[in-house]
Formats: sequence, C-alpha cells, structure tokens
Amino acid sequence: MTITLQVNGVPRTVDVDPRMSLLDLLRERLGLIGAKKGCDHGQCGACTVLIDGRRANACLALAVAVDGREITTVEGLATDGELHPLQSAFMEHDAFQCGYCTPGQLCSAAGMLGEPGPSAVTEDLLDDPDLTPEEISERMSGNLCRCGAYVGIVAAIGEVAR
Amino acid sequence: MNRIEGRVKVTGLATYAAEYPAENVAYAYAVQAQIAKGRVKRVDAAAALELPGVLAVLSCEAAPRLPEDADPELALFQRREVAYRGQIVAAVVADTYEIARDAAAHVRVDYDADDHDVRLSGDHPGLYQPEVVNPNFPSDTDKGDVEAGLAAAATTVDVTYETPVLHNNPMEPHAALALWDTEGRLLVYDTAQGTSGSRDTIAKTLGLPPEQVRVVSRHVGGGFGSKGTTRPQAILAALASRMVGRPVKIALTRQQMFDVTGYRTPTIQRLRLGVDGDGRLTALEHLAYEQSSTLVEFAEQTATPTRVMYASPALRTGHRLVRLDVATPSWMRAPGECPGMYALESAMDELACAAGLDPVELRIRNEPETEPFSGVPFSSRNLVGCLREGAHRFGWRHRDPRPGVTREGEWLVGTGVAASTYPARRSPCQAVATMRDGDVLVQVAAADIGTGARTALTRIAANALGIAPERVHVELGDSDLPRAPVAGGSAGTASWGTAVVRACEELRRDGKEGRADTTDEVKADAELARHAFGAQFAEVRVSAVTGEVRVSRLLGVFAAGHIVDEKLARSQFLGGMTMGLGMALMEETLTDEEFGGFLHRDLAQYHVPACADAQHVEAVWLEEEDGELNPMGSKGIGEIGIVGTAAAIGNAVHHATGHRFRELPITPAKILTARF
Repeated sequence: MTITLQVNGVPRTVDVDPRMSLLDLLRERLGLIGAKKGCDHGQCGACTVLIDGRRANACLALAVAVDGREITTVEGLATDGELHPLQSAFMEHDAFQCGYCTPGQLCSAAGMLGEPGPSAVTEDLLDDPDLTPEEISERMSGNLCRCGAYVGIVAAIGEVAR
Repeated sequence: MNRIEGRVKVTGLATYAAEYPAENVAYAYAVQAQIAKGRVKRVDAAAALELPGVLAVLSCEAAPRLPEDADPELALFQRREVAYRGQIVAAVVADTYEIARDAAAHVRVDYDADDHDVRLSGDHPGLYQPEVVNPNFPSDTDKGDVEAGLAAAATTVDVTYETPVLHNNPMEPHAALALWDTEGRLLVYDTAQGTSGSRDTIAKTLGLPPEQVRVVSRHVGGGFGSKGTTRPQAILAALASRMVGRPVKIALTRQQMFDVTGYRTPTIQRLRLGVDGDGRLTALEHLAYEQSSTLVEFAEQTATPTRVMYASPALRTGHRLVRLDVATPSWMRAPGECPGMYALESAMDELACAAGLDPVELRIRNEPETEPFSGVPFSSRNLVGCLREGAHRFGWRHRDPRPGVTREGEWLVGTGVAASTYPARRSPCQAVATMRDGDVLVQVAAADIGTGARTALTRIAANALGIAPERVHVELGDSDLPRAPVAGGSAGTASWGTAVVRACEELRRDGKEGRADTTDEVKADAELARHAFGAQFAEVRVSAVTGEVRVSRLLGVFAAGHIVDEKLARSQFLGGMTMGLGMALMEETLTDEEFGGFLHRDLAQYHVPACADAQHVEAVWLEEEDGELNPMGSKGIGEIGIVGTAAAIGNAVHHATGHRFRELPITPAKILTARF
C-alpha cells in the first residue's frame, strides 16, 4: 500500500506492507533510527514520537494508519543544528546513560510540555498545575529507563518547563 | 564535563547494533521450543518456505555444522535435544521483518516431550556442591565452630529468604547484524559488553580463527551483565548470513529476551547468626540454594559477600546447585553480592531487632580488622564511615526503633538501613595512545554500555598526559582495537584505565606513540582484600489499605576509592539503587511449572521502576585514598549501587509495618496478607 506522510517536515511517499508498524517504517525504511524499539508492545516508551504534535508509541501505530499525518521524531527536535532546549538540558543533567530510551524520553517530554490539565497526582482536578518534580515524574512514567536516570530526567525537564 | 557521546545520543544519531545500514539486508526471526524437555522429532518448514520473500529456514535439519566443543547455549541447530522451553530450535530468514515474523509462525516443529523439572527447592534431591562459584571462588568455606558459636550466643536468628528469577531487561534488545566479505571474513555488529571476548567466542563457535572475525559495538543500550557473554543472536545472524549470502539482521523481541539472554538465578538462602551480650557475632552461617540448566553450570556466588563483611569467630558459607530443565542463568548486576547481601543485611536487621540493638550500631560493632574469612588485610575499608555519614544525613538518631508505630492516616512509615559491598578488581588490558595532528588518539577495545567509559577514559588519559580533555579522542567498542576485558565485574574502568595510563606514560616518553599491556603489572598486585563499601538508608510509606509501598527517601553513601568523574559516578550509583528498588518491590519472573519456561515475558508483567517510583534517590560518597588499586586509585562503581538496596527497603518495610517479608519482591499482595 502507498502512503504519504510528513516526517520531520519532509513529505515522504512509501509503499508499505500493511503489517508494518510506524516504528519499523521509520527505522527500517526511512533510515530514521532515533525512535527505538524496546518492547514493540507499547510498554516501554522508547519509540515515542509526536503524531500531529501529540506523543504516541510508534510501535503501536500501523504505518498505513498514519497516512497523511505529521510525524516528529527525535531527529526533528533540533532546528538548523540548534539543539532543542530539552536536548541540551538532558546532556547537562546527565539524564541518560546508555541512551537507548533517550529519544523516546525527549519526544515524550516535548509532547508532555504542551499537554494541559491535571494528572493523577494533581490535588485540584480543575487546576492546570505547575510542572513540579512530582507532576513531571508522573507524566513521564510511560517512558522506562533501565539505567535509572530518572532523577536527571526530571531535573532536565523541570529546567526547561520553568 | 558532560558525556562525550551525549550529543549523538540526544539527537538520535547514536548507532546501536541493529541500526547499521547494510545493503540488501535480510531479517531473521527465531522459532522457540514449545516443550521444556525432549527432542525435536521433525521440522516442517514447507509452509514457511512457500511464503513470498522467505529465503531460508534454519533448524537442526538444515544448518551448517559447528565444532563439537562450542558452548551448548550458542551451538544453534546442532542437536535435536531440547533443554528448556524457549530454546531456539529454528529460524526464518526473509526479505523483510514482517515476512520473517509471519513465516516463523508457519514453521511446524514436532517434539517427543519428556517429563520436566523446573522447580528449585531447598530439599531438591539433585542439589550438589559445585566445585567453584562464579567466577572462581570456592563453593564452601568454614572457619571456627558455628554450632558452638550459636550455642554460646545470647541471641540467635535462623532465617530463610527467597529471591525470585530476575531479568536484566536492558532497554536495547539483544541484536546483531552479520556480514561476510568475499574473503570469508565475518563482521558482526553486536550488542556486546566486550568486543575482544565476543570475537573469540563467535570465532570458536563457528570454527574460525579469531583474526577472521570482527565485532563492533560502539553503543550498547544497557546490558547489566546480559550482554557480558555472547548471546545466540550473534551466532544466528552469522549462520543465517552465511546461508543466504546476504547481510542478516536480528533483533530479539522483548519476550525472547526472557528466554535466551540469561537471568539471575532464584535463590533460597538460610542464615544463622548469633551475638553475645555485647552485640558481637559469635557465629555466622550463610547457605545458598540455586539453579542452573542441564546445558551449562553457572553457580552464582551468592554467599561470598558474607566472607567479607563482619568479624565472627565462626564463619561458614556454602552453595548448593541443582540442574533443572531451564535456561542457563548468568550475570545480572552484582551477581553474588546483590542477592547475597539482601539476605545477610536483612538477617543482620533481624538480629539487631532480636538483640535490642540499633542496626547501625550492630554493624559498627562487628567491623573486622582484616577480611573475615581470609584474614587478608583490606587495601581500604570505610564501611563505618559510610554508616556514620549516612546516619547523620538521614537523621537516623531521631528514629523510634519500635516497629509499626509511626502512622500518618493510611500510611505506615518506617526506615531501614543496610550495608553495600563489591570487589574492586582489575584485569590485564592493552591500549595504544598515538599523537595525531597535535591531539592524542587513545585506542582500547573497551565498551561503553552507558557507564560513560568514553568520558571516563578521556579524563584519565588527559590527566595522565597533562592536557585538556578536548585534545583526547578515545576509540572503543571494536575488536580490531587493542584487546580489553569485558565491561563487567565493575572492573572496566580499573582495567582499561590502567592500560590507558601506561600507554599515555609511554607516549610522553616516546613523543609519538605509547603501547601498553598490563598483564605483568596486574599479576604483580599484592595480596590484599580490595572492596568498595557503602551504606544505604531507606524510608518507606506503606499503605495499610492497598498494600502499596512508596520509597519516600533512599540515600546511598559509598566509599569507592577516587571518583574519576563525579557526574558519571552519581548516575551509576543512582541507577544501581533504582534497580535495587525494583528488586525490593516489583521485579519477579515466575517460572511456569506446568509447561516450563517463564510466565512473565514482557515489561507489562515484569515491572521495573518507572519515573514516579524513583523520585527521591540520592547518592553521595566519601573521599577515599587507596594506593593499592590502580593508577587512578579508583574502585568500580557499576554494581555496588544495587547491593543492599533491597535489604534497606525490606528492613524499612518491617520497621513501618512490624511484619517481616522474607520473599522478594514485597508486593501489595504480600503486604495485605498481614493485618494492620
């Protein structure tokens, strides 16, 4: 099947196997290895990308289902060689070790910063709360890091959120 | 200084094993045994081979022959025998991943199944004493009279702890890309914690001279021991590639990783301890019961930390192993120390409670002058300093020692302490340092699995040369580089760093190039007990309603020689402690006793700590000078962070609830079996 999608601002037309996930399309066909395959079942978040600006697990989306959509991967976060503030903050706070979950953490954080409303740890559900460390770690808990860099991840995101 | 490879990691450009571009690449997908023990009767690959795009099906009925002496976990498709459920019995190679995965489901394997036995117990008739435990410690040690010591004690405890099967679960699945050139040379991009050893293993398994094989692992997405030994994906990719005449890529699925990439053996540990009226140990005994496969003996050194920790006139340790129809267990972060210290440090807490002593004080009172079993002097030992510093920072003196008395609404609050220890080793290593355009190129086949090896070695070389780190360029992760040991046993930086320093010293003399081989230097090390130590303090909140345990504070204080890079070290300690938190509260793989294999096979079932679980983790260290280690004066720090964490948390849960949970993990279901 032929689909057309925008990937990091570039229109791409590809012929895909209907069984192919968006993640495998990015990694195996488009040469974008930033989105990582950690579990292929939506359990780890390493494949997180932005679909039309919202964070999503690329392993849980079939390529044919994102026809016409706009995809942003970690490769698309920096603009003109200038790192996204989250990327710089992750480096500064040593918010990763092996780096395999990092692209997903970054895309997830970029999406999360634009998400309004309360979370499970927000006291007042009518509130649009400040991104305290507790709010950030709650909202980032869909992205596993086995190296255990969470302290740095929350600090890095907190710095950018301020 | 930030991590040198930080920029490529945050921009998505860091290339892991399965991500190297290769023209005309084919994909392999493994087929796994559906029985726990028996024989493959027949492999019917016809339906799979009929699918368009399928190139080959490998199995015991169609595969290249391998040398007889290959490791049986790696000698794929050589025998019909099945040793455990999930063992790789066939594989499909196809044009695309989608086709390979689909075709794998069409491979029909018929078996003759035998009865299996996958259950570890402390009275299993097959238990035996292994000759040595990993890597080469004596299985049993005995000093003094344990029975007399227990009989003479004022207070004794006799307790048994159980730890489950644990899986390393690095974020990057085990993957390999294999390419053969026209001269028969093999290149494998593999997820390896060491390329020199991996090259040798792959060559031996395939019956090739080592110089015909090259292994490249520039970035590794975590390993925690599971990539420290060569895993079947590397062999499978090489065999498949040879068979179809194209580059072949394989990435194991998360589920397959549970079956064929190693795990921590479950343990049953019995400890008997006695103290006199002054709180001094009169006897200490630690026995560990563990499993291995029928293929390979892997005996985890679980009771060995008890040979190191506390002074006791009577000290006995031992290991018993049973060979079951299971996959071979292997290294997982701090093999031996991690499960062993969970049990010892929990038992010390029980002893403190029983004797009416403060658990920090009990440990300080039993501080040994020399290494307790061997009698060998320590190169340095600052356990007491860590305990005191941690107690001060944590506010330990304000603690009410009575368990189960602090309650805030539904939340029961408690604190606990445990000690940490891990050996400080180094192994022979080679390195080359060369002047290049005014800068220095340092080459060593080290591995950066997330530890920050590139950055640490850059600092070490810059220090040795007296130049700015920006002028040093470290090349690692390639078996064509000077031979280096694995990133394991917390010995990477010590081993590689020694060679880098010696090569840099030689470069300073020579002006152009320095070459080092540290074999003689390492061999000449004086006989001393070299260990890092630490103390961990935990505060937990236990819900009396849901049984949920939240770790509201976790503090680690470590004494690990000179810290080469503070930023990297802090991340390593925090990471180990976070994994220890998982061990305490959530990590567990259940064995399927009916069908063999494991019941937990993904990250929805095998829970690891998420961001919200590990918010209040803090690591600090004491300055420690030790001239008996290596030129950096450093002790390894990759593993000590996980040692003691589970005991500190378990002890805190006891303090909060008044109940002792002796089987990890301490889940809400277990908490709720107690009544509040």
